[in-house]
Amino acid sequence: MSGILRIAYRLLVNDRGKFAALLIGITFAVLLMIMMTSIYAGVMSRASATIINTGASMWVMDRGVTSVVSSVPLPDYVLDAVRSVPGVKYAVPMFTGNGLVKLPDGDYQAVSIVGLDDSTLFGRPRMLAGRIEDVYADNGFIVVKDAEYSKLRSPGVGTQFELNDHRAVIVGIAQVASGSLFGIPTLYTTYSRATQDLPSTRFTLSYVLVEPKSRSDVPAIEAAVDALGYRALTRDRFIARTAEFYKYQTGLGVNLLLMTLISFIVGMSISGQTFYTFILENLEKFGALKAIGARSSELIGMILFQAAFTGLTGYGLGVGLSALLIAMAKLRLPTYAAMITFGNLGVAFIMVLIITTVASYIGVRRVLRIEPFDVFRG
Amino acid sequence: MEGVAIRASGLTKWFGDGDLRRTAVRDVTFEARFGELLYVVGPSGSGKTTLLSMLSGILRPDGGSVSLEQTDIWSLKADELARFRLDKIGFVFQDYHLFPRLTTAENVAVPLILKRRPWDQAIAQATAQLDEVGLKDRAGLPPVKLSGGEQQRVAIARAVVSRPDFLILDEPTASLDGETGRRVIELVRREMLTGNRCILIVTHDARIFEFADRILHLEDGKLTGVEQGHLAS
Repeated sequence: MSGILRIAYRLLVNDRGKFAALLIGITFAVLLMIMMTSIYAGVMSRASATIINTGASMWVMDRGVTSVVSSVPLPDYVLDAVRSVPGVKYAVPMFTGNGLVKLPDGDYQAVSIVGLDDSTLFGRPRMLAGRIEDVYADNGFIVVKDAEYSKLRSPGVGTQFELNDHRAVIVGIAQVASGSLFGIPTLYTTYSRATQDLPSTRFTLSYVLVEPKSRSDVPAIEAAVDALGYRALTRDRFIARTAEFYKYQTGLGVNLLLMTLISFIVGMSISGQTFYTFILENLEKFGALKAIGARSSELIGMILFQAAFTGLTGYGLGVGLSALLIAMAKLRLPTYAAMITFGNLGVAFIMVLIITTVASYIGVRRVLRIEPFDVFRG
Repeated sequence: MEGVAIRASGLTKWFGDGDLRRTAVRDVTFEARFGELLYVVGPSGSGKTTLLSMLSGILRPDGGSVSLEQTDIWSLKADELARFRLDKIGFVFQDYHLFPRLTTAENVAVPLILKRRPWDQAIAQATAQLDEVGLKDRAGLPPVKLSGGEQQRVAIARAVVSRPDFLILDEPTASLDGETGRRVIELVRREMLTGNRCILIVTHDARIFEFADRILHLEDGKLTGVEQGHLAS
């Protein structure tokens, strides 16, 4: 570190009160921004849990579907029609719906049911206990061991309970990439059992999962499905559509965005004002430095260094505190939907950059305007 | 006395425009030599500080010129002038302007650090300079822990630590009691005035006039007289 920056550093950190206020301002802003964007990322990830966990390349659905949980049953012929579209490698049916489990103690628990294609079990979860083939056994269900697992009293292989007045037997325990948003346990079974056991409308097919022969076939498949009167979406586009639903149709995205902006403004106000006060208090000293012979570029360097040091330290503390709070929240509330992504970190970093740029700009302007003559005049 | 250190010629400065224009310094011409301790005295508002600022390269005159060591300082570019001040001029401000968050030694080392001296070397030289003004044991303390007279000596140590050819002191005794003020100026005269240095002091404190070689009297911005100091006579 050069001598001038070392002076800048000492002027900053030795003024403990101001330095603490600056750090608190930026740390608080980063904490709020990361918490908000992490909750948003967590909710979006969970909202698309079925899409992520199934892993299908393309999804065929009714045009009225706005998110993966609000499927509109399709007639059975759609499956055959999709299978006959050129460019389709294979297509399988999928059922998604909800059921009601009667637990041994008499309580009821809502569950999410995923019915996999009987022939292929496409979209199967990763097994932790038992074998996937056992799902073909009488009344066989596989339970997902996620944050909601305990709501079914943590069943083991062989556990029996009633599901919509049908006997259900847990034949395996599985793991999935993303937990569900709605806080209910998930059970996997075959497509045929799901449609038999759960009350349904005339049509039972929730989605047709499609694997194209190549990526170049995707547009043709989309067009062919569109001609049938339905919609085909790639995995990423279906996730985006689901995210858009939560963002704009539920107000969730707008609220979180507003909170993020408010955090930014609060952080900028606190840090900007404190940094400005810090500069004002040292203004005469900067004027004295100018008189002694410091060049303007050196004074600018000192201020930028002070702003950058404060910003980066506050950013680090904010990120650390956010991670700690989320980890602690997940210990107490396993269903807590928040995840820190590189995107969150990037957004917070850019906002900290803006805060420090604005704060240092104000400081630099004041320091450049101070005349050494003012120091003489007192 | 050696060669000409300062040559001010027709120095003029005014503030404001139109009817509000007020001339602070009017057509001041004088010379100062190396090895000379020169006072600029006059009542409050007579233009002393304005004159000092123009002589030291921090306030551009509206008329006239200033040569320090044969260099027309107001023909230099801003960065060159800043560098010239750093290399050639030491300042002691009326309110000292020491950094309260730095130690005394770090405060004294500031000009050396601005000259890109390595930190440890600058601190060592600053501590040695503090020793010269009798404050070596105060090197690690912040200035706020020092008395007014001690702070003044720290400011003097900072001004001379980089061995400038010109030393400029603005009202150096204004915040000090009479005895402390005398001791400080005595120290300046004894330790800081060399054959290669010219010292300029702005003051209205008659108690320290005895230490001057010459005294310039300023009134309403005009040079009204030059008096030989008691030492010179």
